[in-house]
Amino acid sequence: MSTTVTTPIGSGEAAPGPRLNYLTNGHSLKSWLLTEDHKRIAILYLISVSFFFMLGGAFAGMIRYELTSPAGNVFESDAYNRIFTAHGAIMVFLFLLVAVPAVLGNFLVPLMIGARDLAFPRINLLSWYLYTAAGSLILISCISGGVDAGWTFYTPYSSLYSNSNVSLCLVGVFLGGFSSITTGVNFIATVHRMRAPGMTWFRLPLFVWAQYATGIIMMLGTPVVAITLLCVIFERTFQLPIFSPELGGDPVLFQHMFWFYSHPAVYIMVLPSFGVISEVISAFSRKRVFGYHFVAFSSLAIAFLGFLVWGHHMFVTSQSMYQGVAFSLVTFLLAVPSAIKIFNWTATMAKGNIHLNSPMIYAIGFMGLFLIGGLTGLFLAAMGMDVHLTATYFIVAHFHYVMVGGTVMGFLAGLHFWWPKMTGKLFNDNIAKWNAIVVFLGFNLTFFPQFIAGWMGMPRRYHYYYFAPEFQIYNILSTMGATVLGIGFVIPVIYLIKSLFTGAQAGDNPWGAHGLEWQTTSPPPTENFYYSPIITDDVYDYDPVAEHEAIRELGANRQH
Amino acid sequence: MNLANFPFSPPAASNFAGEMDTLFYAILALSTVFAVVTFAYVIFYAIKYRAGSSADRSSPVYENMKLELIWIGFPTILAIIFFVWGAKVYADLRIPPKDAKEIYVVGKQWMWHIQHPNGVRENNTLHVPIDTDIKLTMIAQDVIHAFYIPAFRTQFMVVPGRYTQMWFRPTMIGKFHLFCNMYCGAQHSEMGGSVIVMSKRDYAEWLANNGSMRQNLTPIQAGEKLFSKIGCGNCHGPADLPPRSPSLFGLYNKTREMDNGQKFVADETYIRESILRPGEKLLKGYANTMPMYDKQLTEDEVMALIAFIKGGAVPSLPASNIAASVPGHEAQVNGKAGLNSNALEFNAEGADATPTSRGKDLSVGAMAAEKGDQKR
Repeated sequence: MSTTVTTPIGSGEAAPGPRLNYLTNGHSLKSWLLTEDHKRIAILYLISVSFFFMLGGAFAGMIRYELTSPAGNVFESDAYNRIFTAHGAIMVFLFLLVAVPAVLGNFLVPLMIGARDLAFPRINLLSWYLYTAAGSLILISCISGGVDAGWTFYTPYSSLYSNSNVSLCLVGVFLGGFSSITTGVNFIATVHRMRAPGMTWFRLPLFVWAQYATGIIMMLGTPVVAITLLCVIFERTFQLPIFSPELGGDPVLFQHMFWFYSHPAVYIMVLPSFGVISEVISAFSRKRVFGYHFVAFSSLAIAFLGFLVWGHHMFVTSQSMYQGVAFSLVTFLLAVPSAIKIFNWTATMAKGNIHLNSPMIYAIGFMGLFLIGGLTGLFLAAMGMDVHLTATYFIVAHFHYVMVGGTVMGFLAGLHFWWPKMTGKLFNDNIAKWNAIVVFLGFNLTFFPQFIAGWMGMPRRYHYYYFAPEFQIYNILSTMGATVLGIGFVIPVIYLIKSLFTGAQAGDNPWGAHGLEWQTTSPPPTENFYYSPIITDDVYDYDPVAEHEAIRELGANRQH
Repeated sequence: MNLANFPFSPPAASNFAGEMDTLFYAILALSTVFAVVTFAYVIFYAIKYRAGSSADRSSPVYENMKLELIWIGFPTILAIIFFVWGAKVYADLRIPPKDAKEIYVVGKQWMWHIQHPNGVRENNTLHVPIDTDIKLTMIAQDVIHAFYIPAFRTQFMVVPGRYTQMWFRPTMIGKFHLFCNMYCGAQHSEMGGSVIVMSKRDYAEWLANNGSMRQNLTPIQAGEKLFSKIGCGNCHGPADLPPRSPSLFGLYNKTREMDNGQKFVADETYIRESILRPGEKLLKGYANTMPMYDKQLTEDEVMALIAFIKGGAVPSLPASNIAASVPGHEAQVNGKAGLNSNALEFNAEGADATPTSRGKDLSVGAMAAEKGDQKR
């Protein structure tokens, strides 16, 4: 592998012939809905999360349109509150937490470690059914009457005061949590038990390390939020005194329990994307990831420290000042492992052979956006600063930079990178490259103005701001950006689907990447490999110098 | 392009603004340098080492312990510096001076009740003297709210079942936004008002007058007060907002065209009918969204409103502030089957710049007793 020369995209190798692959192995609906093949389950997940992403995006569009005018355009406040709750709940619980692990992780973890499937294929299928049930309940609750508690479900508003479908939605989130737990357990067991001979821990691709760290958070964190949400349901239904002071409960207790999960959940969302970015940057720089061990252990450090910072969401509740100080310190320290990753990725590019294909452009976009998302986290980690900025649009902008700039960009980078492997088809890389730039620019135009609006004091979740018309200009800029961003999210759907019908055959390794998944056919057979892989070479065993020479020779020959 | 349309920072009106803004711009400068340099490297490498370029790639490096330690150590040190700085500002914000003047705040869906030390009460507007340490002791009646004054760079949550505190020292005379910054239900965005910083003398006078700044109201003033009190300004601002609400500025004696093409002169009778039964003669291009005030207002009140509208309907305070003073009144009216005089009285306690006094006794706890008849 070490002397592989890139096969430029488009000049794909000959079709792999009529051998059965996982897509053609059975065409009935039953063969899909009862499949235990991790690759088919990944495709089921891909279809479901794409649906919910589009739906959540439609709600986002309504929010942005409504906010162009200080007194609203279309909706009453009640409707607006239901819309932003639906946007948040769908995006967080049905897209961000699920997208990269359940689609890309499901598809790739066994391929990358040389396994036939995940450790528990039936539990894997169960997780998709739990997800589907969760999605249906959340969808029903959001559409039939709606939920107006915000995706954070702060008590006592959610438990005693809201007159909307909170309980149904919470049952949905609860089920989604079990889907998440089963996925996490599956990944951990798989990575521990199913590695092919020769696949040592330090030959694992960083994507697998990231999925492993994510699995730990899913397994340890999700039960806590499940219990918490159950408590809210009990208080709503049976008036059980837990959170509401009227009944004798403590409203701030909910925030502690909720953020104990929901802050680590941010890392469930971005860690898998970190893994994607490590793969993409390495593959398109044709170079081993710089400081592999540091990148791998920074994922675990993030998973660990992520559990110790929940209190930074509560600097202005009634939490003790000294408690807050501890949380602030850990939060600042948590910035370090993220910085390690960014620096190492940058150093990976030095002296590489950088191919600017669409996955790489998305990955570079990810770095730009995640830098801003991470650095604005420093403003919020500084306790004094947080008092002014918390719950304003500064927060909204910050977490969109992290979640959309991080998770969604990572997901798109990964989807483009592995699309030829998943489908066996090549998409139009030129359109994809330009689209990556459109997404990057549209994203910045949408969310950067929100930093300024937040610094000026515009509270989040505000429907009207006619009393503060100075915020309008930033909302209009933001809506303009959202329009561009929306277009940038629709175009990939078109060219990716088109590639299924008219795309050229991808061949086994269209990008010239190193890694076990590229050594089997595209799409892979149901059993993943035609032979049992034995790993003898190092992870990311690229040779940029040799490839550079080869390309120069190729160029020199052409000139003659 | 007029830069005044692009304000980049909130007014700096309290003792915290200075240290907070220094911290903000320090982190901003650090982050900008960090982001620009790192991203510049990414772009620079992407161009310099693009496949096929002739850049030197000899002896590539894959691990470098020294480099790793530098970029772990350097951010860690910076992080700790900013942690200490942030914690210092936070401690200043959290520990009120011992002799601070205490004002009580009760938050409820969707208004703020405020009570001054001598018993003067006001709703949604907080009058404070300049250069005086003010401590707010706050509690919520229903759900969690947050008392947020961007110009003062401070906020704190207002939680049911326990008291929370915040403090500040205003340093600039003027009128500033007051927001509820914790989502609290349907009219969350309208649960706000203003903080009015006055000179010490004006504040003393204001307190001595039981919070009233005007003694004998002219009909126009009475109309303006009522206009603000029942929330007309929530919709009827300086600009026409079809299909919801036409502006009432300079309405009197203008000819108005109706939906069916009929034309009427906006005289007293027309205005009276439009207040009491707004659906009768709908202005072209507008929907029938305004609640009826028939039997809800006394004749005196209608006359006062007409006087105010005849006078131009231009509030003596900026329209946006008037609107903010009675948050969400319209929706409250809509949500209540048959607005009765109680509802108006409830709002009459509130109302912007002319708060009413209810005697001298402090009664934060007593306010909680009102909850029963106002919980919707």
